[in-house]
Amino acid sequence: MSENLKFHFDIDGSDFSSAGAASVMVKKKLRQLSYDPEIIRKVSIAMYEGEINMVIHANGGTADVEVSDEEITIVLRDKGPGIPDIELAMQAGYSTAHDNIRNLGFGAGMGFPNMKKYTDYLNIDTVVGEGTTVTMKVML
Amino acid sequence: MKICEIRDLLDARILAGDEKLDCEVTSAFCCDMMSDVLAYVKDQGVLVTGLVNPQVVRTANMMDIVCIVFVRGKAPTEEMIELAKECDIAVLLTEKRAFDTSGILYMAGLSRNAEG
Repeated sequence: MSENLKFHFDIDGSDFSSAGAASVMVKKKLRQLSYDPEIIRKVSIAMYEGEINMVIHANGGTADVEVSDEEITIVLRDKGPGIPDIELAMQAGYSTAHDNIRNLGFGAGMGFPNMKKYTDYLNIDTVVGEGTTVTMKVML
Repeated sequence: MKICEIRDLLDARILAGDEKLDCEVTSAFCCDMMSDVLAYVKDQGVLVTGLVNPQVVRTANMMDIVCIVFVRGKAPTEEMIELAKECDIAVLLTEKRAFDTSGILYMAGLSRNAEG
């Protein structure tokens, strides 16, 4: 591949019903490009968790996916409230999501643990009151 | 177990994926928390759920789930059915409850030898 493949999405934070649509799109594109199903699964689950998180906690943001010969990188940027305690957020079962989110089937506190589980690299850059940038990589 | 057998066992209606009725599935997961589906489902099979929103279909798509069974007669919207068709997922609707649905499928042999 001579030039890296890039996808950009604006994630609407106002409408939960569309949450996850960008990840479905990415999965479809990667399938069309015939990547290994296991790689596709990892990338799409990790991105989906992040996308849902952005809608639940940060009123949306942007998602950028870049595919090179060696890796697939997902960068999720939001201008949300930031994460005061990353260690706590990384704990399985810890969630600050409200009951209305649980009624929609999310907020079990498995978002970040799952993103870590399905990727080879996870970095969370966050400033309280300013926003969060989550960078994930899956090696090809 | 074939999807058509699941349909018959549950007296279910098929709302999407007629062409997948002969598709073989070996495992099932029953859950209303999509977070847990993302965390615990290990191999592609059937999702039994009473939750009705587009994220059920998207979550199933992420996990390569082949068939969604909506229980308690809670029908998915037209938009969800279209999304499932796009994602190549079969959709069944049964009047039975989640516990009964799971019990019937388990007794018929689904998921007994599968992980997750």
